[in-house]
Amino acid sequence: MSAPRHIRTPLARVLGRGAAKSGTEHFWHQRLTAVANIPLTIAAVIILITLLGRNQAAAAQILGSPAVAIVMLLFILSITVHMRIGMAVIIEDYVQDESAKLTLLMANTFFTIAVGLAAVYGILKLSFGL
Amino acid sequence: MAETRSLEAKSPAERPLSPHLQIYRPMLTMMMSIVHRITGFGLYFGTLLLAWWLLAAASPNGYARFQWFAGSLVGRLILFGYTWALIHHMLGGIRHLIWDTGRGLGPNEREWLVAANLIGSIAITIILWIFVLLTMGGSS
Repeated sequence: MSAPRHIRTPLARVLGRGAAKSGTEHFWHQRLTAVANIPLTIAAVIILITLLGRNQAAAAQILGSPAVAIVMLLFILSITVHMRIGMAVIIEDYVQDESAKLTLLMANTFFTIAVGLAAVYGILKLSFGL
Repeated sequence: MAETRSLEAKSPAERPLSPHLQIYRPMLTMMMSIVHRITGFGLYFGTLLLAWWLLAAASPNGYARFQWFAGSLVGRLILFGYTWALIHHMLGGIRHLIWDTGRGLGPNEREWLVAANLIGSIAITIILWIFVLLTMGGSS
């Protein structure tokens, strides 16, 4: 982001940080993962459609195969990073009570990591037959 | 995204406040901005379904339970909505990436982009579902 300096509000200049208490890292990572999400989402949708008519054994075999598993792992990594930032922005925008905001931001991180790891575990289990 | 609350707290002086949503006549670009956020919010919780599906794939019983849910009326409605939200959010994301480069922000271009976003997401979702339902013979 290369906004001219004079656009910044006086308060933003004093604090140097927004509601997130950090700089442009979120902005950049949101766009980075957005770009990654495009091909990964298309790939994941194609994988999902391919598996729809199949039974569990066939689905497990395809999902556990190296190429499909790696694409799905990349997909999960990229979307979870993206959605954590997106939800953080929503919380920062609408939750103004400081303690409620911090609590929700923590819950956001916990949820994202938990759901992401659960999905990763599901794929690795199929790949390695744990 | 400047944070102004702490400033307000210190000096509650009368200063002009920004007019908020209800002041403006609804516009497609505004609505699509809101829809982008709502679809992102929905997709966030939709990842629970993704995790469930991947975890269920390891066991025949678990997969049967997931397939029963996905094939039920409620399951299909959720998955249909999820498909549309995903496609819409993806196309909306592409729109925002285009806007990030400074292109497509003119009065006609931005209207055209949001309309394409909306029509495209609905069309792709319907085409995907027709394709899926045809190949599956209408039942899982």
